[in-house]
Amino acid sequence: MTTADVVGPDRALPPEEEQLPGGVAGLYHRAWLNLRTGNLGAIPIIVGEILVVIIFGLTATNFFTAVNFVNLITQTAGTAMLAYGVVFVLLLGEIDLSIGYLAGIGALIVAELQLPGSSWQMNGILAMLVAIAACALIGGVQGSIVAFIGVPSFVVTLGGFLIWQGVILNKLEQRGTIIIQDRWINYTDAYIFSHWLGWIIAAILTALYPISILYKLVVARGTQIAQQNWPLVALKAVGIGIAVFGTVAIANHGKIISTPEGLPLAGVIIILFFVLLTFLAKWTTFGRHVYAVGGNAEAARRAGINVSRIRVVVFMISGATAAMGGIIFAAQVNSVALTFPPGNLLLNAIAAAVIGGVSLFGGRGEVRGALLGAILIGTLQNGLNTLSVSNGWIYIITGLVLLGAVMLDTVAVRLQARSGR
Amino acid sequence: MSDTPLIELRDITKSFGSVHALNGVDFQVLPGEVMALVGDNGAGKSTLIKCIAGTHTPDHGEILFEGREVNINGPKDAARLGIEVVYQDLALCDNLDVVQNMYLGREVARFQILNEAAMEHTTQETLKSLAVTTIRSVRQPVATLSGGQRQSVAVAKAVQWNSKLVILDEPTAALGVAQTEQVLALVRRLGEQGLSVVLVSHNLHDVFETADRITVLRLGRTVGVFERRETTQQAVVQAITAGVPTKVSGIPPSAEAQL
Repeated sequence: MTTADVVGPDRALPPEEEQLPGGVAGLYHRAWLNLRTGNLGAIPIIVGEILVVIIFGLTATNFFTAVNFVNLITQTAGTAMLAYGVVFVLLLGEIDLSIGYLAGIGALIVAELQLPGSSWQMNGILAMLVAIAACALIGGVQGSIVAFIGVPSFVVTLGGFLIWQGVILNKLEQRGTIIIQDRWINYTDAYIFSHWLGWIIAAILTALYPISILYKLVVARGTQIAQQNWPLVALKAVGIGIAVFGTVAIANHGKIISTPEGLPLAGVIIILFFVLLTFLAKWTTFGRHVYAVGGNAEAARRAGINVSRIRVVVFMISGATAAMGGIIFAAQVNSVALTFPPGNLLLNAIAAAVIGGVSLFGGRGEVRGALLGAILIGTLQNGLNTLSVSNGWIYIITGLVLLGAVMLDTVAVRLQARSGR
Repeated sequence: MSDTPLIELRDITKSFGSVHALNGVDFQVLPGEVMALVGDNGAGKSTLIKCIAGTHTPDHGEILFEGREVNINGPKDAARLGIEVVYQDLALCDNLDVVQNMYLGREVARFQILNEAAMEHTTQETLKSLAVTTIRSVRQPVATLSGGQRQSVAVAKAVQWNSKLVILDEPTAALGVAQTEQVLALVRRLGEQGLSVVLVSHNLHDVFETADRITVLRLGRTVGVFERRETTQQAVVQAITAGVPTKVSGIPPSAEAQL
């Protein structure tokens, strides 16, 4: 038996991928191949977002205003923050139903800690750190019950859902609303960068993608992950640049009565967390282990990965991002009230991640999906609001978009399986 | 063969409650040989390899590794000695690519930040050294690989860690003819490279294609050790099903049965 004999049977593989021409022709070929094989990536959601913007731009009179644009960013920020945590939980193939009310607990803690005149009053930044740490701890406890006792995460976090809702009820039923006066806390939503600072931030954010490519080129020199399709990279870089500079340009244009608007801090916070969490998921040992546990927990365990530890830490991340999202929501209304969390926060966050292509069965998905999904849901709900559509229809349409996105994704996965990718 | 065995198990017993899974098993593997471990269902093959892999601790008996007595109290101890096991159900993550699987749990990283370049280069070298040439890209997800390719990745993953002894549990059980050949060639190559291999298999065809020697277990005992060149499938089948008729009790089973 020679090596050639051994090699033979498996060689009959489609050669098309290897022989893709480079350059612009390669871009076209790759796009076509990806389309046929169902490897759509973020394209449907970006196309969807552009469509939604065009439709509302044409139909709603006050959708395309700078003030509404700033509103849209701050409204999306909280949902995106929760959705980031959802991504990690879903990557494990778990679910966290408690995040909606955990966001409420985070907001409640900062509201209590900043309360003027109380003996425990502290600086707003410190209060936020305490709230995030506390919710991370709560997430860790819930995760420990999942990891060490083996209760399904659905049940554990359903318990958390009820418990934290109860705590908020107990705390606020008599007190009513707690006003947040601390400026640092309120800044997380409404701090507006001056125009020139907005431009500098836009330049930095635009540079992030080329920097990430450069990072790959340097760190992974000579490997396949460092290989890039340069026209595609250029296209993405230009697209991101247009999106970021466009956002700042529109935001800088706004004026509420005589107060000039600009880029809100909330938008910068979600981008910072996006970069941080993407790095965590893709470039660290921890992130790799999260994907491994989600893909095949038994294989991960045999490979010596501490599966329980990964589970606990992921639920801690989920708690922490929930708290951060809750703080942003509370800062929006400068208070915490019984109506917290607003709307369908929990379901919107999960829907954002799922629309963004994160699998419910673990191991597949990216942080950027949560951001794109949250932006799509945020735009949709904001646009329908400006059209003064009833809440009922907003839910129905959000639901239909969720269904459509998941159906598209399911078909895409089947196509991928069929084409052996 | 007069070398010191790489691993030698003497008089191993292991019971689970009233079930005597291993009843005084002797087993040895020489450096660079492919040793097949065969036996009917319930003969104790799995229990024996689990004792070597550290998943089980024997109740009684001793294990010598390179002539020294060792205690293997867990998979980590086994890995430290250079013993790697490729289990039947592969233990690969479908959603990760080949490189990521090869380094699963032992990623090259500094301050938790992955060094993808080092991992990809070494993976490619390892696959090349094992002449695994059918894998198009080491960056494709394992889900897209054929059964034979997946098995090759699983074996390469085990070999990568300077291992001295690789235990393969039914490596061809789920494979087609061509892919089986591919994996068997890989097993032979491991032996040629000086690694010791324990091949656990039901399939005597596979065993006779690759093994240097064959150990037959029956009802928790070693009933015979055969030189592949000097025996026939028939003799081995007989040993598996009925034991070795010429064997007289009192003769150490590790003495090779001459048939």
